Amino acid sequence: MPINILMPALSPTMTEGTLARWLVKEGDTVNSGDILAEIETDKATMEVETIDEGTIAKILIPDGSEGVQVNQVIAILLEEDEDASALDVAAPDPATKPETVNETPVATASPVPQVAPAPATPIAATGDRVFASPLARRMASQESLDLSAVQGTGPHGRIVKADILVALEQGTGKSVAQAASPSASAPKAAAPTASGPNARELADLLGMEYDLEPLSSIRRVIANRLTESKQTVPHFYLSVDCEIDKLLAFRKELNASGDVKISVNDFVIRAVALALKKVPAANASYSEEGILSYKNADISVAVATPTGLITPIIKAAEGKGLGVISSEMKDLAGRARDGKLKPEEYQGGTFSISNLGMFGIKDFSAIINPPQGCILAVGAGEQRPVVKDGALAIATVMTCTLSVDHRVVDGAVGAEFMAAFKTLIQEPLSMLL
Amino acid sequence: MSDTNFDVIILGGGPGGYVTAIRSAQLGLKTAVVERDHLGGICLNWGCIPTKALLRSAEIYRNMKNAEDYGLSAKGIDFDLQKIVERSKGVSKQLNGGVGHLLKKNKVTVFDGAGTVTAPGKLSVENKDKKKSALTAKNIIIATGARARTLPGLEPDGKLVWTYREALRPDTMPKSILVVGSGAIGIEFADFYSTFGAEVTVVEVFDKILPVEDDEISKLAQKLLGKHGMKFKTGTMVTKLDKKNNQVTATLEKNGKIEQITVDRVISAVGVVGNIENIGLENIGIKTDRGCIVTDEFSRTNVPGIFAIGDVAGPPMLAHKAEHEGVVCIEKIAGLSAHPIDKSKIPGCTYCHPQIASVGMNEQTAKKEGREVKIGRFPFAGNGKAIALGEAEGLIKTIFDAKTGELLGAHMVGAEVTELIQGFVVAMGLETTEEELMHTVFPHPTLSEMMHESVLDAYDRAIHF
Repeated sequence: MPINILMPALSPTMTEGTLARWLVKEGDTVNSGDILAEIETDKATMEVETIDEGTIAKILIPDGSEGVQVNQVIAILLEEDEDASALDVAAPDPATKPETVNETPVATASPVPQVAPAPATPIAATGDRVFASPLARRMASQESLDLSAVQGTGPHGRIVKADILVALEQGTGKSVAQAASPSASAPKAAAPTASGPNARELADLLGMEYDLEPLSSIRRVIANRLTESKQTVPHFYLSVDCEIDKLLAFRKELNASGDVKISVNDFVIRAVALALKKVPAANASYSEEGILSYKNADISVAVATPTGLITPIIKAAEGKGLGVISSEMKDLAGRARDGKLKPEEYQGGTFSISNLGMFGIKDFSAIINPPQGCILAVGAGEQRPVVKDGALAIATVMTCTLSVDHRVVDGAVGAEFMAAFKTLIQEPLSMLL
Repeated sequence: MSDTNFDVIILGGGPGGYVTAIRSAQLGLKTAVVERDHLGGICLNWGCIPTKALLRSAEIYRNMKNAEDYGLSAKGIDFDLQKIVERSKGVSKQLNGGVGHLLKKNKVTVFDGAGTVTAPGKLSVENKDKKKSALTAKNIIIATGARARTLPGLEPDGKLVWTYREALRPDTMPKSILVVGSGAIGIEFADFYSTFGAEVTVVEVFDKILPVEDDEISKLAQKLLGKHGMKFKTGTMVTKLDKKNNQVTATLEKNGKIEQITVDRVISAVGVVGNIENIGLENIGIKTDRGCIVTDEFSRTNVPGIFAIGDVAGPPMLAHKAEHEGVVCIEKIAGLSAHPIDKSKIPGCTYCHPQIASVGMNEQTAKKEGREVKIGRFPFAGNGKAIALGEAEGLIKTIFDAKTGELLGAHMVGAEVTELIQGFVVAMGLETTEEELMHTVFPHPTLSEMMHESVLDAYDRAIHF
């Protein structure tokens, strides 16, 4: 079987590099340890050694090629007693992306037949099914190992006991906890840490100093769900500036007269709930079975706690007055900080609000909390120059940005919702209706 | 002049050698086998196969004598020792011819004669007429096997003191026999001669018979074999043999106590040693250790291009280990992705009555290693098929890792267990846990149901006991 020589990763962060120079040519016989080529990254030039021996049958990436992806096939090696006809079974590694092939033209007159991509060596993780012995599966589950991260060495790449022992020793796949999500919408098992360079490995490699705090379950859930959201939900963003001078004045009046202290955020919750009632298409979720249009506006409000973010819910907020919203919110936020929320108090929700105004953040974009369709990011209310009737004036302005799942809410619907929201915030009396 | 240059030359045509040669030829390598005696080696001509033929005669004889238990009547039951031996020889001859045919079919060249490695890649073969021929090969695989070990004072003479060779082809049935060594070879001959009426005493230096087996199985086997008439002296050494005209007086010592026993014949079955002499190992500096060639997991010796497989490459000295080792070795040579043999999963079988079979770790080893285990046991007395066969003696024992459910070992004594053990060997090879075994449907009524029950018993779920 011809051996594919792949573009090596010379550092944990390397994704591509320049193939500076070949030190062998087609037809050369090479032995284990021979230097094949020089590779340049943005940081260094390094030599590529072969671990296999045989004859260089084809050089696929010529000298001086830039932007060669890691794991792209750069040459094909024939083992002893193989002739060129064996090349017919050699296939580019599946890691090779067609576009990168185009960028770096193959400098051969008779191209290697590009047959259906088949891995040169059996790889366990082709397709969804992971092949592993029953014993390996049980050991992996007992040790909370992610089998998809374990390299199988058994027949046809099957994962066997010995591979689990190696993985345990090396810590491969270990960090993927079973992170039993408290959420009803089970996040994908894929670990957010599974892709990209491993921070810890890199820090160790570079001798950086750090403290390591084990992941809490809430931290794992945050990591899993937000990674899933950013990777699978097509976000777009709509921002509006809301003048809140009227709202602030109204609030002052209300708080002066009653015993409740209503916050700007309470107004935002109420405004969102009413705006969703006006534009119900924004109160929806995408699912494979269809669009879920919710009957109630259950508003998840992000609360920072010492262990991480949690989102208690004001349920059916469209039917609740400012006073009720305010007192419920105080209760929920207090218990959230003490870690005493019941699951039903933070699970569910049809729309989220994240408010960083109290920290002086002007504007920001939030990540959608799946399976919800939208999240509203609320900035600080601050005095800004505004143009009114052609003249410069001062107004207290609060920038709000809606993050939208485009699979369920289109731009026009989102804009309609934001217009309704802005009207309510700018004309707070309308919220009393 | 025939061709003398090969990709692979295998020195020795025993079960390891000829199987390796056929696999080599299948892989397209030009292959030769050098054999000084008979194709098929000890296994086929002097070991595994002819003893099975003798023991089959013994089994039928025993069944005939027990005919009444089955409602049958047989009178004048007798045997003809010469015909029994002739049948055994015939079986070997048939299979020996079969091996020759297989090698020819696969275009493997066979050189009759004694081979000596003269240099890396070079081999000299001397045939029976002392004619020498020089062969060359990129790869030489040494598969010269093993022979009976001899102990000082117990040297076989071929007349009164036998090895397996004489014991396979007796002229007359001795009245009494002393078997020295209670491994598979000793116990099988003891069983054969005992069944045909000889008074058999087995001496074992270890404190139990079948020393490599699980303690509980050894003990039960000793009890069952003893019930059928064999005598055992464990923890005992033979210190002296005094040969008389047609008898031998053996001096036995146990814990300093001396005892003498006079028998017609002595069978020495104290193990085997590798055939590492006169094959030129010293010419090329091949490393050996305690009578065997030192090899790595792919049977490579310390000299590039020279490999060793089977008995000569070390224990366990079993034909099936040699065959598998040879296949792994040649596949590696051919550049295939070979998996080294897992020596912890090689089964062993002894064909006495009742039979013994085992694979993997036994209980005493598990305990010594401090492992937490779950142990299942199921007796033949609880199995319908065993009772119907009139073979209700025996035990199937299974050992699991308590934490992972890994099947660590299986140990059996009883009828036909040598045919049952493979089920557990497959299970271990596939790394099944107790769960898959419990979910496997075993056919009823069979002896194999006891394998299922033994697994269930390890988890306190046995049904029929």
